Amino acid sequence: MPIKTSYLAKHVRTLKPSGIRKFFDATAGMTDVISLGVGEPDFVTPWNVREAAILSLEDGYTSYTANAGLLELREAIAKYVDDYYCVSYDPEHEVTVTVGASEAIDIALRAILDPGDEVLVVEPCFVSYAPLVTLAGGVPVIVESKKENDFKVQPEQLENAVTERTKAIMICSPNNPTGSMLSKIEMERIAEVAKKHDLLILSDEIYAELVYDELYTSFAAIDGMKDQTILVSGFSKDLAMTGWRLGFVCAPRDISQGMLKIHQYAIMCASTMAQHAGLEGLRNGRSDMADMRKSYRQRRNYIVQSLNEMGLPCYKPEGAFYTFPSIEATGMNSETFATRLLQEERVVVVPGNAFGDSGEGHVRCSYATSMSQLQEAMKRMRRFVEKL
Amino acid sequence: MSMKLTATEIEVAEILEKDARLTNDELAKMMNLSVDQIHQMVKKLEDEKVIVRYVSLVDWTKIDGHQGVTAMIDVKVTPKRDVGFNDVAERIYRHKEVKSVYLMSGTYDLSVQVEGQSVNEVAHFVSQKLSTIDGVISTTTHFVLKKFKHDGTVYDSDDRDKRIVVSP
Repeated sequence: MPIKTSYLAKHVRTLKPSGIRKFFDATAGMTDVISLGVGEPDFVTPWNVREAAILSLEDGYTSYTANAGLLELREAIAKYVDDYYCVSYDPEHEVTVTVGASEAIDIALRAILDPGDEVLVVEPCFVSYAPLVTLAGGVPVIVESKKENDFKVQPEQLENAVTERTKAIMICSPNNPTGSMLSKIEMERIAEVAKKHDLLILSDEIYAELVYDELYTSFAAIDGMKDQTILVSGFSKDLAMTGWRLGFVCAPRDISQGMLKIHQYAIMCASTMAQHAGLEGLRNGRSDMADMRKSYRQRRNYIVQSLNEMGLPCYKPEGAFYTFPSIEATGMNSETFATRLLQEERVVVVPGNAFGDSGEGHVRCSYATSMSQLQEAMKRMRRFVEKL
Repeated sequence: MSMKLTATEIEVAEILEKDARLTNDELAKMMNLSVDQIHQMVKKLEDEKVIVRYVSLVDWTKIDGHQGVTAMIDVKVTPKRDVGFNDVAERIYRHKEVKSVYLMSGTYDLSVQVEGQSVNEVAHFVSQKLSTIDGVISTTTHFVLKKFKHDGTVYDSDDRDKRIVVSP
C-alpha cells in the first residue's frame, strides 16, 4: 500500500503562514515590552454593550438565531448603513451577520469565485486577503499601492492588471496597515475600471468609523456601484468588539443569498449573545465611538509627528489606527528593523512585508495604545534610531 | 459665568483634565499645533480660570496613618434675603476641613464633604462648627466607608492590557 506523506491538501501545505506569528513568538517570556503591533483597539467594549450581552444571557437567549442573524440586528445594520453611508439595503435579503468581517470576506470570495477566477488584491493589505482568494479556488493578482502615491492604488494599475478572468477588486479603505484612505474622487475613478470590465468591488470598510479629517464614503455609495459592490464591515474596530467576532456584509440580493448558503452550512449563525451586544452598540454606541475617535486622532497626530521628527518619514494616515513609516533610511529591511527594535528596545512593530512585498521598507506601528505607552515607545524608538 | 471657547480649546481642556502632566510639546503634537499656540491656549485657559488647578488623585488608604475619614453631610439652610444660599455656603467652605460644597435640589440644600483624621474629629467639626453657623437648620452626616470610583477614575481597576502582543 502506498504511504501518504501528508494528509494535508496540497494547496494548504503550500499556503504561507502569516508573518505576524513569528513576532508574536519572539516576544514570549519578554517583560517590559511595549507593543505597537496590535491590530485592535486598546479600549474595552463599552459597558452598555457588554451589559446587553449579559442581560441576553440572563434572559435565556442562548439558542441559534436566523442564519442571516437576528432580524432586529439586520434592520439596525440596514438603518445604520442608510443613515451614515446613504446606501439602502433590504435587511431581509441583502444583509448577513457574520463571525467578524473575516468570515464575511471568506464567504464573499467563495460565493463569487469559479476555479481560476482572478481577484485584484491591493497590497499592502490585511494578511488574509490573498490566502482567502486561494482557498476559494481563485487566483490572487497583486496590485501594489505605492508610497509615492500615498499608498493609494491608481486606476491605471488596476486597468493594467485586468484579464478576462478577473472577477473582483479587493480594497480596504481606510487601510490596514497604511492608514491611507481613498477620497470619493479616487473611488469614482476606480469604479470606472470596475464598470468598464464588469468587476465586483469587495470593499472592506471595517475602519469606516475611524476617519479623522474628512467624511467617509462607502464604495457602495458611489454612483451606480451598489449592484457591483460587496460591502464588508463589522463591530470590531469602531465599538472595540474584536473578541466578540461580529461582522456583517451587505450585497445585492443574489450575491447575498449565495453567501448565505455558504454561511448557513459553514457557520449556522453568528454568536447570539454577540448579536445582542452589537444591537445595543448600533443603537446607543455613537457617543462612545465619537470619544474613541477623538482619542485616536490625538494619538495619530502625536505618533506621526514623533516618527517624522526621529527621521522615520511617515505618511499622515486619514483613518484606521496604524502608521506605516518608512525605515529605508536606516538601511535595514523591515524584518531586521523590527527584530532589532524588539531585542534592543523592547518595542514591537510589525514588519511591512507581512502585509505583502510592497510593504517592505516600512513597519506598521499601531497607535491603539495609551498615550503614556506611546510616549515611552517613541522615546525608545528615537534612542534606537539615533544610535544606528 | 460661562464663555465661548473654540473646539480646539475645549479639546485641550479635556486632554489636560485627564492628564495634566502632558508637556506643551506633546500637546502640540497631539493637536497638530505649534508649541507656541498651545502655550497661548493653555495660558488663556488658566487666566480665565477655565483650568482652575492641576490635581493628582491620591489613594490615601494605601498610606499607613493617612487613611483619614470622609463624610458627606446633608445640610438644610435658611436662605438669606439678597444673597440666597451664597452667604451660608461661604461660611461653610471657608473651613479648611471642608473639601467641597454643592447646592442641591431635593430634600436638603447644601451637600458638604468634610475630611478629618478620625470620626471624632469630623463629629466635633459638625457639632461645634457646622451646625452652629447662622442659617444652618439641620445636618445629616454620612461617613464614607470605601471609595470605589472618584472623578471618573476607578481606584483599583484592573487596567492590564489583555490583548495579545501582536495581531494582524
